[in-house]
Amino acid sequence: MTTLLALPYWQETGIKLGLALVVIPTTSLILVYLFLFKMMAFMQSRLGPNDTGPYGTLQLIAEAIKFLQKEDIHPAQADRRVFRMAPVVVLASTFLLYVVLPAGPDAVVEDLDTGVFYAMAVSSLSVLGILMAGWASANKYALLGGLRAAGQLIAYELPLILAVMGVVIQAETLNLQGIVEAQATGEIFGFGGIGNPFILTQFLAFLIFMIAAQAELTQTPFDMPVAETELVGGFHVEYTGFRFLLFFMAEFGTAFAFSALASVMFLGGWWIPGFDVDDNILNVLGPGVMLAKILLVAFFIFWVRFTYPRLREDQLQKFAWKVLIPLALANIVLTGIFKVVF
Amino acid sequence: MSELLRSYLTVGIFGVAAIAMAGAMLTIARILRPQRPTPQKLIAYESGVDPVGGDWAQSQIRYYVFAVLFVLFDVEAVFIFPWATRLEIYGTFGLVEMAIFIFILVLGLFYAWRKGVLRWV
Repeated sequence: MTTLLALPYWQETGIKLGLALVVIPTTSLILVYLFLFKMMAFMQSRLGPNDTGPYGTLQLIAEAIKFLQKEDIHPAQADRRVFRMAPVVVLASTFLLYVVLPAGPDAVVEDLDTGVFYAMAVSSLSVLGILMAGWASANKYALLGGLRAAGQLIAYELPLILAVMGVVIQAETLNLQGIVEAQATGEIFGFGGIGNPFILTQFLAFLIFMIAAQAELTQTPFDMPVAETELVGGFHVEYTGFRFLLFFMAEFGTAFAFSALASVMFLGGWWIPGFDVDDNILNVLGPGVMLAKILLVAFFIFWVRFTYPRLREDQLQKFAWKVLIPLALANIVLTGIFKVVF
Repeated sequence: MSELLRSYLTVGIFGVAAIAMAGAMLTIARILRPQRPTPQKLIAYESGVDPVGGDWAQSQIRYYVFAVLFVLFDVEAVFIFPWATRLEIYGTFGLVEMAIFIFILVLGLFYAWRKGVLRWV
């Protein structure tokens, strides 16, 4: 692959870090504005914020300033140090996810060989932060929420990893760029015009991945850890002001990152049919294509979120262990058979 | 420094940057926000009712068996990943091997299922 710019390591990393610091908060802002504010409002037959700036676009800036000014309250009984660390751990987990997400042949922070594996490992770090928050708050609701979150996240981590395995078998690599290339150069029954987006050959894996991602992101119908009606906010009930905003940013940042993972692994990533995989122009067009695909995937995530009622905790566990995991295992074996036979 | 170590150095830098960013924003917030704690404000929030019992409530960890199963399946996933990247080369032999491996694990899952531990009690 040709490199667009040849810079020393420190300069290159500095530029990428600067970009990431701008891009990551922006991604969660986009999702909050587009889906949480506007789409949710339209689905509930109301307008949503529309006073601040054109179409209410500046509402988020106003919200951020409001959160900055809020008093930071620690409950008297709370374990102060753990209580303070928890949101930072969750945010760091989100941040680290973005390291491997590719947006073009060279437009990636670090093209790790273990891409998918790394993403799965880093995304499960957030469980730690959530458990820390739930435990340190010294609040019954928070503790229940934290424990529920831990139970849910370990149950849905497995279908997520096992579903990804089908893609790895087809692409023969863990590297996310490699997976994009495998889709770009792939053929379906000898026809390679649009490559082989794995959503066509791995549809079951895609479904399992999306359902598991919904649960990992604790979005409705899997939002028992934060259920307002029974746990009044779950693990973040005691958080106020900016620390709460960190949880909030991390939630939507992770939603964006998971949508990006889904579009890289199943929808062909940044590749556009008709271009060479290492064409330099894709470094410019790629991010746009990725953004479009990410917003499409995120649209489905939030569509489900705003439409379905909450499941019960035992139904959730039953669904993961008795439906999703056997299905994901069957998918691995089937993909393996197809890979070897054809 | 080798290419591999350098790529993980970037990961490390990003981890530090995430903590630094959160720290910077919290520092800005610390300058702007008021700080007037009162005993009432610091009571644990339980829907407006004074908390009953101790603040550190005991809770049953219901998913102890799930957690054990999770560890089992997670280790299995670690075994499957390297196999999955090289299936073309292993061919039928590798496929049969992994089918047996997964079959044994599914047996374990069904055993747990039949024993009734896959219930959220």
